[in-house]
Amino acid sequence: MALTQTVNIDQHLIPILEQVSDPEIPVLTVLDLGVIREAIEVDGVIKVKLTPTYSGCPAMDVIGDDLKAAFNPLGKSVEVELILSPAWSTDWISEAGLLKMEEYGIARPLSESADKEVLLGNAKKVICPQCKSTNTHLVSQFGSTACKALFKCDDCLEPFDYFKCLK
Amino acid sequence: MKQNNLYNYIISIADNSLILAQRLGELCGHGPTLETDIAGTNISLDLIGQTRNYYQYAAKIQGEGKTEDDLAFLRLEREYKNVLLVEQPNDHFGFVMGRQYLFDVFHLLFMTEMLNSKDETLAAIAKKGIKEVSYHKRFSGDWVKRLGDGTEESNAKMQEAIDDLWVYTDELFDLTEADKAMIADGIGVDTSKLKELYYAEISELLKEANLTVPEGKYFTRGGKKGIHSEHMGYILSDLQYMQRTYPNMEW
Ligand SMILES: [Zn+2]
Repeated sequence: MALTQTVNIDQHLIPILEQVSDPEIPVLTVLDLGVIREAIEVDGVIKVKLTPTYSGCPAMDVIGDDLKAAFNPLGKSVEVELILSPAWSTDWISEAGLLKMEEYGIARPLSESADKEVLLGNAKKVICPQCKSTNTHLVSQFGSTACKALFKCDDCLEPFDYFKCLK
Repeated sequence: MKQNNLYNYIISIADNSLILAQRLGELCGHGPTLETDIAGTNISLDLIGQTRNYYQYAAKIQGEGKTEDDLAFLRLEREYKNVLLVEQPNDHFGFVMGRQYLFDVFHLLFMTEMLNSKDETLAAIAKKGIKEVSYHKRFSGDWVKRLGDGTEESNAKMQEAIDDLWVYTDELFDLTEADKAMIADGIGVDTSKLKELYYAEISELLKEANLTVPEGKYFTRGGKKGIHSEHMGYILSDLQYMQRTYPNMEW
């Protein structure tokens, strides 16, 4: 398991941060996703440190704008700083986030070793979010966004996204 | 002078990713199958993300108030320092995967070394990018194997691509003045030390793929000095068209 990375978020900002969701997986808030590493209020300015899931994730620019929009009605300005280190990991997605993701139809990331096996097509371990079967197979190593791969269930025959493990 | 070397160093790494990303982007909507189409654009996006991180950093070091966009869109051909390999065209899918694999093997070795850079930003970009690049290599390597070990025709096409692209591989290990200065400072990667590992890894996969390892000793070079192949002008006219026609446009 990766070391738990501590985040520094002012408690009073949480209700507002919870209103900002990932534009590509709208059921996840930015807190569920673990991309906010710091959010503090300094002299009336909200300072946020944001880390990208993948280097080219286009959602990051949108999240930056959405954060500004969320604090705007309170008359507070937001300064977003993009940080790369430590690098984001799927371990930072909260358990609540993983459950919402599954409900939304995206299979949760497996452990690093199991992830490798399924992406090489050597094992059937990804759980179908529709019928919970593990009789599933890899269709494409790349999916609708950089963080996902495309799978298909051989029991209910539904195709679905699998959120790749990243550590 | 020191900052100048660092700037030039970052630009040369970044330009490799940008131009390869642009080549892959040309295939958006034109991949041979939906899955390979999506894969190509996904890889392109990862590379653009890395490029943005590099350019943002380079612009800061340059200190002339320029942005990542200025660096991407408003330089002249001679000011791009990417290797010739990444600007080679998408003649057929064998070329796309061959070019990708020949670059990915280098890229992963390079990033692995850059983790140890004394420059914190470069080390952080490597830490982030290394996971992406290993995934790229897995994909391109699988395709080189699949095509090489496939039908007579796919084998011939894959071999053609490897043979044609081989002459561009040696340049990956050339050291410019900026490279040498950055290696001396513990910031840059000494790519000349990666050469043996590179050819050993590639030769192994080519053999596994039923392909012949080219034996040619003639290599062509120039991109790292800004002397590009005839393809570069066309790439840049596509890439820069909007900013040249409508300066400062945003969307
Ligand atoms: Zn199912």
